[in-house]
Amino acid sequence: MKSVLIVEDSATTRAMIKAVIEDMGDDFITLEAGTGFEALKLLPQERFDLIITDINMPDVNGLELINFIKSNPNYQHIPIIIVTTERSNADRERGLALGAGAYVTKPFKAEELQEVIAKALNP
Amino acid sequence: MKSSKKDFIAEAEELIEEAERLLIEIQETLTTGINPDTINALFRTIHTVKGISGLFGFKDIADFSHAFESLLDDIRLGRVEVTGEAVRFLLSNNDVLKKVMEDIENEREHDISVRLKSIEAFRNAAKESGGTRKVEEILGQIDASILKVLSEYEEHRLKTNIKEGKGIFLARAVFSLADFDKSLSELVAVIKSHGEQISTLPTSTDLPPDSIGFNILFGSGKSHEELSQALNLSVDELIKRKGEPDVVRPLSPKMQESSLKSASTYVRVDIEKLDRILNTISELNLSRSATNRIAAEMMETFGHTPLVVDVFKVSQSFEKRISEIKEQVLEIRMIPVGQIFSRLGQVIRRFSRETGKQIELTLYGEDTELDKFLAEEIVDPLMHIVRNAIDHGIEAGEERKKAGKSETGTIILKAFQRGNYVVIEARDDGAGIDVERVKKKALEKGIPLPEAGLSDREILDFIFMPGFSTKSTVSEMSGRGVGMDVVKEKLSTLGGFVDVETEKGKGTAFILTVPITLAILKALIVRVGAEKFAVPLTSMSESLLIEYKDIQTIEGKEVYNLRGELLPLVSIAKLFGLEGDVSDRSYAVAVGYGERRLGLFVDELIGQHEVVIKSLGDYFKGSRGFAGAAEIGRHEVILVIDVESIIEESLSRQRAMPHV
Repeated sequence: MKSVLIVEDSATTRAMIKAVIEDMGDDFITLEAGTGFEALKLLPQERFDLIITDINMPDVNGLELINFIKSNPNYQHIPIIIVTTERSNADRERGLALGAGAYVTKPFKAEELQEVIAKALNP
Repeated sequence: MKSSKKDFIAEAEELIEEAERLLIEIQETLTTGINPDTINALFRTIHTVKGISGLFGFKDIADFSHAFESLLDDIRLGRVEVTGEAVRFLLSNNDVLKKVMEDIENEREHDISVRLKSIEAFRNAAKESGGTRKVEEILGQIDASILKVLSEYEEHRLKTNIKEGKGIFLARAVFSLADFDKSLSELVAVIKSHGEQISTLPTSTDLPPDSIGFNILFGSGKSHEELSQALNLSVDELIKRKGEPDVVRPLSPKMQESSLKSASTYVRVDIEKLDRILNTISELNLSRSATNRIAAEMMETFGHTPLVVDVFKVSQSFEKRISEIKEQVLEIRMIPVGQIFSRLGQVIRRFSRETGKQIELTLYGEDTELDKFLAEEIVDPLMHIVRNAIDHGIEAGEERKKAGKSETGTIILKAFQRGNYVVIEARDDGAGIDVERVKKKALEKGIPLPEAGLSDREILDFIFMPGFSTKSTVSEMSGRGVGMDVVKEKLSTLGGFVDVETEKGKGTAFILTVPITLAILKALIVRVGAEKFAVPLTSMSESLLIEYKDIQTIEGKEVYNLRGELLPLVSIAKLFGLEGDVSDRSYAVAVGYGERRLGLFVDELIGQHEVVIKSLGDYFKGSRGFAGAAEIGRHEVILVIDVESIIEESLSRQRAMPHV
């Protein structure tokens, strides 16, 4: 069983990512966080195998979340995928510098995201 | 000398030393970005020197440190730029303080009025050339760890706030993980009423698992004091707002008092006291095992009654708490390797001056933590290696030029963690060790070399032999009597080892590997004949049950084919002259890794135990193979096997054997 945390403030995008993951097979559980705060609360409750996060979010944004995860010994091993728009190139680069492993630009194709997820889970 | 004066000198010297450490840190981060906290800490340290010298009636030191402090305040607030020249000037002033302390200690006269004037002149000159600063430069005062997390927009907001002349602050708050969102929203609302919230950084560093910290970066036109009061929590002023009086305000007596307090939140503890706590913990562990045993016996007699289950639970909770205390105490003993690096830095600077060789020191991984005791024990070996590097390794400037290298030599000190070990590398870009010369020297010394020849690596190992030195004249600097053999022996007694890598013309690296901590360790208790021994779990990789018929003999050595790799075998019974069990199979404990693996034959694996290693004392000096003794309950004392020295001995015996 692989547990994936989706952090994204848009409910539609969240649902889409969830559907894409469910399409990959039965051994995925997805948990959703609509804000950075929710993600911070979910983190200690589940052993996540992967985190997919947006960058521009209210309260705690994606970069701050990545920094938090990568500087906490309990979470830093979890691979992170950034899902963000073309406009925020600079932020995406910062996210990668902070330790995210890969990114997908919105709008994305299902296969594209699936490929990145598969790679992140089996480097 | 009066004791109050002694106290003053002791404290002042400590502060001046701390200031030097901070200055060196600043010097070393000059190009990579100076942490404003370091400058702030330096300012506070000198401020404290001023405070105590005033208190003890040393007026001239108080005056001097006041001037010094004012200069640091200018730097802290960005009025004077931190340049290489400025740092050198600060270092020279710190040296003046040091010198004056010596004079006071030896009741000598001193006059520092000249230095007072030079500080004043420096401040004025630097301020005039300062001019207006750009936003980017101001941004540099903010810790890189904050800047790198900012999104593009947040960075823009930060710059705008700076342009508008607002002060930039960082509020640190800690909340419970369960309901932080509510508390945080309330705090953010207060911040927003005083300015603009720029970024909210969650953090879990150094916090209990059920809590979460937030560092909130915000801009505000209000004063630091006002904000600290309004938010009622610790607020750091990262950048001062514009328009604040540009003069150094004399500190009011009240402020002086409070900042004297805040200069240090540390308590100095004799490491022996921590050792005593560790001893108590190990005794507690014995009581814990006893509780567990009682519970087990009760279960046999009474079955799983609620009472018995309760006893088990209590025992488990004991175990958890005891290991928590243990970890905390061990953590107290940890110091960042940077502390010993800075001492080495001083040595390097001194020797670089004395030899006239220009040397640049680069440090990596200064935050790597190591047990205080171990850190102190490896300082001298490291010092020796560094001296050697300057004396023999790094060539004179001319020679370097001819070899097409930069005239300035480089020494890199690097520390990092590898499993339960800390690895410290001292690397120079000097001439490297001439393997041929080592070989020649070995022959001169009458060391028999096998005809089949030795690999370069094996030849290099000779430098670790007692009395072996490639330099024919022992120079003043490297000192007499301390050779690489001593370094190697020291590392071995600490449960570590030393390795060397060298390339002719390119440089040499000595790689020291030491366990992170040695106070308490988990050990496997084994039996050999009638004796019990402890084998540290950190040194072993697995235990095996080996049938004698599976043992092969290669070149007179017993080896076992462990998953395709040959594991050399050594019998503890034979090694220590004990009478082991007679059987057609035996347990073996695999220790070491890589080329340094070895299987130790033992008769029985008894179980795991946490042990506090105690020194064997002088009586056993010279006996090899033991790291110390440990108590494992009911006043039973057993010897702890020094795995490294056994590996070492086995390796050297392997080498000594003529190749057939």
